[in-house]
Amino acid sequence: MKTRVLEWLFKYGALLVIGLIILFLSIMNKNFFTYGNLTDILRSISIVTFVAIGVTFSLTVDGFDLSVGSTVSLSTVVAAALMVWYNQPLWIVITVPIVLGAVIGLLNSFLIVKVRIPDLLATLAMMYIISGVHRTFTKGYTIYNNMQLTDGTTAPGKFTESFLWFGQGRWLGVPVPVILMVLTVIAVHLFFKYTRWGRQMHFIGGNEEAARLSGVRVKRIRVAAYVASGVFAAIGGILLASRIGTGQIDAGAPYLMEAVAAVFVGYSVFAAGKPNVIGTFFGAILIGVLVNGMTMMKFQYYVNDIIKGSVLVLALAVTFVHLSRRRS
Amino acid sequence: MSVIGHLQMDNIGKSFAGVPALKGVHFDIRGGEIHALLGANGAGKSTLMKILSGAYTADSGQIIIDGKPVRVQSPLDAKSYGIHCIYQEVDTALVPGLTVAENIMMDKLATGRVKGLVRWGKLFKEAEAVLARLGAQIPVRKTVEELSLAEKQLVLIARLLTEQARFVIFDEPTAPLSLEEAERLFRVMEQLKRDGIGSVFISHRLPEVFELCDRITVMRDGENVLNAQADRTDMDQVIRAMLGKTLEEEYVKHEAAIGSIVLEAKDVRRGHHVRGVSLDVKSGEIVAVVGLVGAGKTELSRLLFGADKLDHGTVKVHSRSVPLKNPADAVENGIVLVPEERRKQGILVEESVQRNLSLPLLRGLSRLGFIQFRQESELAVNVISRLGIKTASPLLPTMLLSGGNQQKVSIGKWVETKADVYLFDEPTKGVDIGAKTDIFRIIGELAGQGKAIVYFTCEFAEALGIADRIIVMYDGQLVKQFARGEATQEQLLYYASGGKEKR
Repeated sequence: MKTRVLEWLFKYGALLVIGLIILFLSIMNKNFFTYGNLTDILRSISIVTFVAIGVTFSLTVDGFDLSVGSTVSLSTVVAAALMVWYNQPLWIVITVPIVLGAVIGLLNSFLIVKVRIPDLLATLAMMYIISGVHRTFTKGYTIYNNMQLTDGTTAPGKFTESFLWFGQGRWLGVPVPVILMVLTVIAVHLFFKYTRWGRQMHFIGGNEEAARLSGVRVKRIRVAAYVASGVFAAIGGILLASRIGTGQIDAGAPYLMEAVAAVFVGYSVFAAGKPNVIGTFFGAILIGVLVNGMTMMKFQYYVNDIIKGSVLVLALAVTFVHLSRRRS
Repeated sequence: MSVIGHLQMDNIGKSFAGVPALKGVHFDIRGGEIHALLGANGAGKSTLMKILSGAYTADSGQIIIDGKPVRVQSPLDAKSYGIHCIYQEVDTALVPGLTVAENIMMDKLATGRVKGLVRWGKLFKEAEAVLARLGAQIPVRKTVEELSLAEKQLVLIARLLTEQARFVIFDEPTAPLSLEEAERLFRVMEQLKRDGIGSVFISHRLPEVFELCDRITVMRDGENVLNAQADRTDMDQVIRAMLGKTLEEEYVKHEAAIGSIVLEAKDVRRGHHVRGVSLDVKSGEIVAVVGLVGAGKTELSRLLFGADKLDHGTVKVHSRSVPLKNPADAVENGIVLVPEERRKQGILVEESVQRNLSLPLLRGLSRLGFIQFRQESELAVNVISRLGIKTASPLLPTMLLSGGNQQKVSIGKWVETKADVYLFDEPTKGVDIGAKTDIFRIIGELAGQGKAIVYFTCEFAEALGIADRIIVMYDGQLVKQFARGEATQEQLLYYASGGKEKR
């Protein structure tokens, strides 16, 4: 009986905690449980969820991508620059950052798969390089509408309405980024559960040597995972630009840790014990609800990180206690 | 040392997820004896020994030492009662970068019984003394990573002497050893016996059990079915007890039509493990490559499968050259390998039986990248019944299967591929006799379908039973070839130990 309850808690504990926090905040503040506020929370987590989906890919193949934060920054300023400095059409504004994300993924996987630098170190180095590249590119300036260029003229273009729609618009009353996020979570979940590539990624994460000796082309699939990681980070960057309407340097940096936290909180959802995209989504929700609630309860802003860190510790503790129990 | 001890395990029961693994087992060890614990895989030997060494806790029953009931709930508890275990994976218990002496005296160093600064001279001398008592000659200043596997075992045994061991469990210690190394281990175990230590010896090799042990206990299906003095029983009786029936014929040779050459390897080389091997295998033919441990068999099998890079040489299948950059190339060209380390290399233990079986076939089972679940499950059910894999469900995680059934999964994932060449590396290692017979049957059937089979083994009897042709490997080279019926075990051993052609 006792073990049954424990098993149940390991499986649904994370969801229970989310539910309890929502219940608590709803009682404490009547503005919390309103349609406006709930969609606000979802909108606020949409960018981090995209980045976290990327991190889920790299962790699934037993890797780690530290460069996602600076990829977000790069993608943000490139999208902004394409509109404001170069006055490019929408499809180019969206395609170029995504291609850049893919290229970063290829570079990462080249270092990891070919040169055989450990994942953490290779992507750490790439993080620095990309971060330097995007600052060099903007010369340290924030890119915004009607900004003055170094030659004294005013920038030729500006953030277009159609671009801003992705980050700020609504469709049938639902914020567009929320729709994009939910569709992507579902698509990626289907990818991992039902496709050959998704399953092979899981196999590599489970036991790379056994997968290789079963004829899985391990290198190719690791490359794909890192490309996916870069692409999803780039999408996060595009959404960030369209949400804030400017191209700020280093705006993506905080998303690395937020995304990693969401993925690891996700380990505990349904007692998966490994990266899984549904868990990642709920991890992002948990963090979003906490931040929103703390703001409403007028906590000092800097307390947020303490709470987020504690939630992460709790989720990891639950996950690893459970894993070691299961092994014994 | 200590007084002659007596350890009893009384009416031990243990279930996993409602499935009983032990049903009231009685077992005892007396000081100064070597007690063999035998049984097919899945009989419950390892569970029983894990309870004794504190890795598991029993659901029922008790452990009694020298007449007093004791509670063993962790490996530390077990050690405090003098119960030690030498596991097969010796590397997990050793620190590779440290010297032999430090590894032997680790317990004293770690528990702080060495006060103040370490006196290296004294440490080396003490370690030497312990090794000398075992009759083992290992330089104590060498680091452990330089040692052979057999020497590492001796270091572990030396360590437990410094820890006042009274009862020692040897879990299949001879499986990875060569014959001489095993002999040396037996001398050490006999020394432990003279010191009054009680040993449990787990092994699948019956001749050495009868050579070494005083008493034999046989387990089957979670119960003990035989307990006898070694000189009051014999191999037939033990095998009968293990199987629950008489063993009619261990090796049934399927006669298959031998056709044209399928696999052709020429002057294959890598480092000093594989030094210029050429080999032809015909369709329907079973070629056994035999040799002692360290002869380079595993290395050769990995080379032919593309798991390691060739330094030199070519491999052809049906006269077509095969690029062997990685195993996926080999699989695409019809070469498959059942590797030696099944849990680490052959199967994904955490994945279900079905997912393991469908792994190499996913491309054919998917449409537009999406896996067709119905077809996948049909495939799994089909292979499970054809190979006689005992599993409650195709969706069960593979780690819950017994060793023999895990091995069948490791083989089974290949049988629906269109492979023409099957490489088996020690497929019967750590597998019970029942599953062994099944594995031979499966290999025979594959030969019957016209597959070319290379069977790498250090079990000469198996090679003699199953192969159409036997090739002896020694020191990275193929040194002697026999047709079926030509060789004897003695001859194979002679060439495998480096014997030269007699004139």
